[in-house]
Amino acid sequence: MAKTITDVVCPFCGTLCDDLEVGVSDDGKKIIDVYNACAIGAEKFLHSQASDRVTRPRMKQEDGSWKEVSYDEAVEYTATTLAAARKPLMYGWSSTNCEAQAIGTEIGEIVGAVMDNTATVCHGTTLIAVQDVGVPSCTLGEILNRADRIVFWGCNPAHAHPRHMSRYSIFPRGFFTGKGAKGRRMIVVDPRVTDTAKTADMHLQIEQGRDYELLTALRVAFKGEWLPDTVAGIPKKTIYEVADLMKSGRFGIIFFGMGVTQSLSKNHNIDQAICVTRDLNEYTKWNIMPMRGHYNVTGSGEVWGWLHGFPFALDLSRGFARYNPGDTTSNDLLVRDEVDAVFVIGSDPGAHFPNSSVKKIWDLPSICVDPHLTPTTAVCKLHVPVAFVGVETGGCAYRMDNVPIECRKVVDPPEGMMTDLEFLERVTARVRELKGA
Amino acid sequence: MAEYLIKNGFVYDPVLGINGDKTDVAVKDGKMVETSALSNPAEIDASGMTVMAAAVDIHAHVAGPKVCVGRNFRPEDKLFRATPQAGIKRMEGGFSVPTVLKTGYDYARMGFGFVMEAAMPPLYARHVHEEIRDTPIIDEAALPVFGNNWFVLEYLKNQEIENTAAYIAWLLRMTRGFGVKNVNPGGTEAWGWGLNCPTVNDPVPYFDITPAQIVRGLIEANEFLGLPHCMHVHANSLGQPGNYTVTLDTLKQAEGIKARNEFGRDQVLHHTHLQFHSYGGESYASKSFESKSKEVADYINARDNITFDLGVVTLDETTTMTADGPFEHHLTELNHLKWVNTDVELETAAGVVPYIYSPKTFIAGAQWAIGIELGLFAKDPMRTFITTDHPNAGPFIRYPRVYKWLMSKAAREDMLDNVLKYGNTVRDRCYIGEIDREITLFELAQMTRAGPAKALGLAGMFGSLKPGMEGDVAVYPYNPETSGDPEDIERAFSHAQYLIKGGDVVVREGQVVSNGNKRTFWVDCKVNENPQVERDVAEKFKRYYSVNLANYEVYAHHYVPNPYVIEVDATQ
Repeated sequence: MAKTITDVVCPFCGTLCDDLEVGVSDDGKKIIDVYNACAIGAEKFLHSQASDRVTRPRMKQEDGSWKEVSYDEAVEYTATTLAAARKPLMYGWSSTNCEAQAIGTEIGEIVGAVMDNTATVCHGTTLIAVQDVGVPSCTLGEILNRADRIVFWGCNPAHAHPRHMSRYSIFPRGFFTGKGAKGRRMIVVDPRVTDTAKTADMHLQIEQGRDYELLTALRVAFKGEWLPDTVAGIPKKTIYEVADLMKSGRFGIIFFGMGVTQSLSKNHNIDQAICVTRDLNEYTKWNIMPMRGHYNVTGSGEVWGWLHGFPFALDLSRGFARYNPGDTTSNDLLVRDEVDAVFVIGSDPGAHFPNSSVKKIWDLPSICVDPHLTPTTAVCKLHVPVAFVGVETGGCAYRMDNVPIECRKVVDPPEGMMTDLEFLERVTARVRELKGA
Repeated sequence: MAEYLIKNGFVYDPVLGINGDKTDVAVKDGKMVETSALSNPAEIDASGMTVMAAAVDIHAHVAGPKVCVGRNFRPEDKLFRATPQAGIKRMEGGFSVPTVLKTGYDYARMGFGFVMEAAMPPLYARHVHEEIRDTPIIDEAALPVFGNNWFVLEYLKNQEIENTAAYIAWLLRMTRGFGVKNVNPGGTEAWGWGLNCPTVNDPVPYFDITPAQIVRGLIEANEFLGLPHCMHVHANSLGQPGNYTVTLDTLKQAEGIKARNEFGRDQVLHHTHLQFHSYGGESYASKSFESKSKEVADYINARDNITFDLGVVTLDETTTMTADGPFEHHLTELNHLKWVNTDVELETAAGVVPYIYSPKTFIAGAQWAIGIELGLFAKDPMRTFITTDHPNAGPFIRYPRVYKWLMSKAAREDMLDNVLKYGNTVRDRCYIGEIDREITLFELAQMTRAGPAKALGLAGMFGSLKPGMEGDVAVYPYNPETSGDPEDIERAFSHAQYLIKGGDVVVREGQVVSNGNKRTFWVDCKVNENPQVERDVAEKFKRYYSVNLANYEVYAHHYVPNPYVIEVDATQ
């Protein structure tokens, strides 16, 4: 009979579900099954059990082959590379815990690194918009208990955050929302007919890249002012209808994703979406929330916030903290040849950065700390496999609404494997020696 | 461990009754001792300087989600304000919302040893503790907010004090919290629907309980438990003209209740940043708005069970942040600057808006005057504490400037004559021009050391140099015999010459030389088993919280790696 571990936190997406149950073998060494999780979350747990998992660091050789090295050698290579670099890039930080992020930032301070997280190609534009106009928001439980108007704008939770709608936003019955989905009106704004759009009360099939126009039109419509016949492919009658629907709610929320943050107009879209929310607060209660992707990308922004005051694109290379997106963001630094070493942890730029940036990583001394084999591990000089945070070690992670939750350890990592935190602590100690700090 | 002898300073210690006498002070093994107990001490020459116990801040927003929002959404707050890493000291940045590193160093440089984070949303307790953990040197604790919590609203509606108390004890343990904070009682829950409770008699939507009931109920529950600190309230209608009547109505809820605790605390209600709550008139216009500081101070002077802190406006560009969600919305409507709001399920809300207290406006000048007046009208410095409600009325690094204004009529006159554009109108609408009082160094030590330590129930550890107390000593380069210029006060108290914290030197000759060994204080209160509260907690987490009950408690070592637990037994 297998044991069941309850209240397990899912280290996959920003929804950070904390109600998983994981069945492990009697000896506590093997994960047998995962309950309550979505398909992606379950796969993350089960994948850690793969028999072909890399369990020791590997160095790339001259001929392109890989040679297994010890963790000691990996610490030494990482520390000497970072200490010797004039301006290393330390990127990622979104799929690891806050303790690792905090100690990693100390390394960045000692060696004068530029620290950047995955927001740089995701919700970084949101963070910039928040610096422009703020953000009225709430926790996900508020949506569960109060919300009667839900807008999904440029996001597709049915696939990207699979349990979002059932746990928080559409289907559950909360304190003031006893009728569940029947009491809520759901609006989806997306150029595609996604599975999320198919469940909506209203789907605004907007022309691609015209979000700014439609958001502005809504602000006009709230005031009942004149609109042209169509805006962004949506007839004005529909826009007035949606505006009324939004104003008539008792508690509303706009969830938005990369459809607006990384399409034409970028942060200006979000400025406008936040202003829509501000306007609605003149009439009733409205909120807006980014659908953060990685389970702890939010946490890395918080850790850097309290240590240095900036949520991403954190440049420590001058000896003090500096922030200038477009200048201190990863891709800009890489394509301009401004960094001379790359350290990646808890992220996969090899799969998500433009090819021109990935080639630069390939050319530079580079380290990738990641439990998986990824396109990034393939282009880096050193791959350091580590224990899975949230499966094989605990630690703090921040949900998309900034709520911190302590992840649980379910099983031990394969024998002799280090955690992110252990590896970074070793590197910190060695970097201190090398730098005399 | 080290021994230190601080020689020949002018010592101020209200607890020992020392008022500027030249005497020696001794620290050994982390504690204050008699000078005779030292064997081979390192000597610190404090001649010509002022020696006090390290200061205690009873109310500042220095750690947690809204503070971090303030940092992250205001890059402009850090522009040209970064300090590089040097020696053991890490990089610093920020002004009104400094990074945690700068927070710890700045407090140490001002001679502080203990700081109370004034509002912790329970669901975000981990975040608060992570920031506290990473703040160097100073000891800290955090007050979870209770005044809009659904459990509290439901229990108090039925006058169930014992259940409320059991819930408070449980939540303090879950969040590693210190005491009971109560922000805009009921109004923040109403804000869930975009509404507010402007007076103490406005019922909370759905929950049908009034702010007055919440205030009185939380005082009673706090005394039922006998916690070290009393109920710590930020009343309804903060910042509204004419709100002093709401403030008086709130203070009246403490009438007839006596303190019941084993920590030497005598008061049952602490009203924070009273400046924001002492306004008369009907609008912000200078022909209507007026100071009601005297009326409020008179009420408090005539009672002995209330303490308060000032919340002095320092006339800076700052970042306001509070669990008073509707107030921050009101503020963004006023100044049209960026606005962050976060409603927290079943518990509270918070808002953040930048704000510029410009000396060129009448209203900022009047607010400045009201804060100072409260400090000068107050008869008992042991119940009157100096704060700026950091960062709401101004950043905490301005405390020494506030000391200057309180200690020097000349400095106040200079403000009214030369700094404030509408100084004469401020004289006209406020009391400040009529007051001659100047706070003494002895009274300053009461208002920043002995007083707040006693109100927090920490009089046995902080606020005095008595043998047996924590070895926390601050030495300021201020000579009370020769210093005449009010600017000397600000300069000296901004840059302590020495700070000894927990028996170790952390500031030497004005420079931070150690990251200290900071502790997180929390209160572990034992209560009788209470099946109803246990059932209610289980039920609410199952149905209405977005996290599971098992994932709520801040248990892991990395949140509170160096705890100091105060145990309270409320089982009888």
